[in-house]
Amino acid sequence: MTVDRRTFLKIAGLGALGTTGVYSLPVLGSPESGPGGHGVPAPGGTRWGMVIDLAACRHDEGCRDCIEVCGRVHNVPHHDDPRHEIKWIWKVPYPEAFPMQQHEYQEPALLGMAVPVMCNHCDNPPCVRVCPTQATWKRSDGVVMMDWHRCIGCRYCMAACPYGSRSFNWVEPREALEHQDPGFPTRTRGVVEKCNFCEERLAKNELPACVTACPHGALTFGNLADPDSPVRRILAGRMAIRRKPSLGTHPEIFYLV
Amino acid sequence: MLENAFHGDRRYWTWIGFLLVLMGVGAFFYLQQLRYGLGITGMSRDVSWGFYIAQFTFLVGIAASAVMVVLPYYLHDVKVFGRITVLGEFIAVSAVTMCLAFIIIDLGQPQRALNMVLHPSPRSILFWDMIVLNGYLVLNVIITRVTLDAERNGEAPPRWIRPVIILSIPWAISIHTVTAFIYSGLAARPFWMTAILAPRFLASAFSSGPALLILLCLILIRFTKFDPGWEAIQKLALVVTYAVLANIFFVLMELFTALYSDIPEHLLHFRYLYLGLDGHHELVPWMWTSAFLVVASAVILVTPRLRRQKRWLVAACIGVVVAMWIEKGLGMVVTGFVPSPLETVTRYVPTFPEVAITVSVYALGALMVTVFYRIALSVRGELAG
Repeated sequence: MTVDRRTFLKIAGLGALGTTGVYSLPVLGSPESGPGGHGVPAPGGTRWGMVIDLAACRHDEGCRDCIEVCGRVHNVPHHDDPRHEIKWIWKVPYPEAFPMQQHEYQEPALLGMAVPVMCNHCDNPPCVRVCPTQATWKRSDGVVMMDWHRCIGCRYCMAACPYGSRSFNWVEPREALEHQDPGFPTRTRGVVEKCNFCEERLAKNELPACVTACPHGALTFGNLADPDSPVRRILAGRMAIRRKPSLGTHPEIFYLV
Repeated sequence: MLENAFHGDRRYWTWIGFLLVLMGVGAFFYLQQLRYGLGITGMSRDVSWGFYIAQFTFLVGIAASAVMVVLPYYLHDVKVFGRITVLGEFIAVSAVTMCLAFIIIDLGQPQRALNMVLHPSPRSILFWDMIVLNGYLVLNVIITRVTLDAERNGEAPPRWIRPVIILSIPWAISIHTVTAFIYSGLAARPFWMTAILAPRFLASAFSSGPALLILLCLILIRFTKFDPGWEAIQKLALVVTYAVLANIFFVLMELFTALYSDIPEHLLHFRYLYLGLDGHHELVPWMWTSAFLVVASAVILVTPRLRRQKRWLVAACIGVVVAMWIEKGLGMVVTGFVPSPLETVTRYVPTFPEVAITVSVYALGALMVTVFYRIALSVRGELAG
């Protein structure tokens, strides 16, 4: 049985490596079974999700590739004052990411490791429930979206998010951009923003930027509604945890510990 | 009627001028906030609501407390409240206006505020709060206007106003209940997610509001010919007494649940409030002051001999108002964010511009109360001779 699991892991690992080389979405679904790619609904519809392999991630503690590429392609401003920080994907110590899922006898390397965190694109998102203007909503493919032109900046969503995944533009963001990517909108001060699961890239059949940027293949993206997708194949074979599962938000980001 | 607000002695105009200066200073800093962004405040990514929303919460309670004079007078025919119901309702009008001002001031994009109406979202508690607060404002504006008009003309108020007044009673309860639901429905914030939040809000409202009304009545007695009668003041004091005791009871129930269950994510917030967390003790002296004031005021109020003396009553009322302000206007909102969902502690202290803007909104409320009371008293011919 152990051997079976190992063999499976090797295959899954190879699969994850494979996806880092190929950036088009059809490989995320299951080309063999036909549907699953963009525009062609998979049998269960589309529900984008991500699996983060902490074992692969911790190889390289100082690595910030996913964070940097995300900031670059999404014009995420960099403020020196930590109070005003804007974070889409960032790293926190393991106990902060999983406050209820740690104990003092755990492997010290794990407790000390930095875990990449981002918007969980919850299946039952509290931020969407509380927004008074429908400026944030959940798409049918599971992506939790933001309309930066409608947001009134009441920050109710920030109070409601159990993962601290939302940031507010306390000051002018455009002045805090080193390079501006004309391909993605900048924001104005006074609105909330967060990870958008790279919906602008999904629309072009591309993987999220963080997934393609990870040199260790730690991030796997795919359709949770398709049993043959790489994310489902990993989840079927390995024990994965989600952040604060008891709250019933059903995060679509899974962590392999 | 409004013309009465433009006649007054030197003292009146000095007071009005003082309030206008405070409002001017606040307006200056608000323009700065509009230009620079909410980064001008002490709020941060982790503590994303602060002083403004806390004042809003406290003032919703003050607004709701008008029901503590309206209900006894209209439902139980407590005649002694006849002369102060309109004063309570004027406090409500002023307090709700301040609440709305604090909400607008706290918005990152205030010019888009109408998006709440253009894209109504019944799943959001803020949507319902907008409805109940504005509804309560309209109700009280109508009620005060109609009843005072009738009083000026020396006739009984029109019959149709009575159901409107009766409606304002449950409506007052609703504004503070819905405001509590803004907080108590959030799984992300264990400190707020307690079923007792709405009852606790009401208890603190029904103690601080009538206590404020007693203080205002005593000020009016001193400077004008207005006299609601000592019996009315004592009845109000009794309301304050019961509400303070209920509030202490509710707080102890919350403390028991958090302390005995010993669940860290509930416990840590109370630890931050009363003991400090990770070297952060910003709120600790305030919270103990509040606790002391509540208990001391309760002792004064439950002792009939002390409650009946004006000096002690004034002390107790000031104690109650200050204690409840600390509880809601300082502790309640910020502690929901400390520690954060990622269990980090971020220091929050309001900045000078933030405080100046806050003070200016209170000045606006004081201006409204002053003008309204002046109108009410001149209609009754009770201004100082």
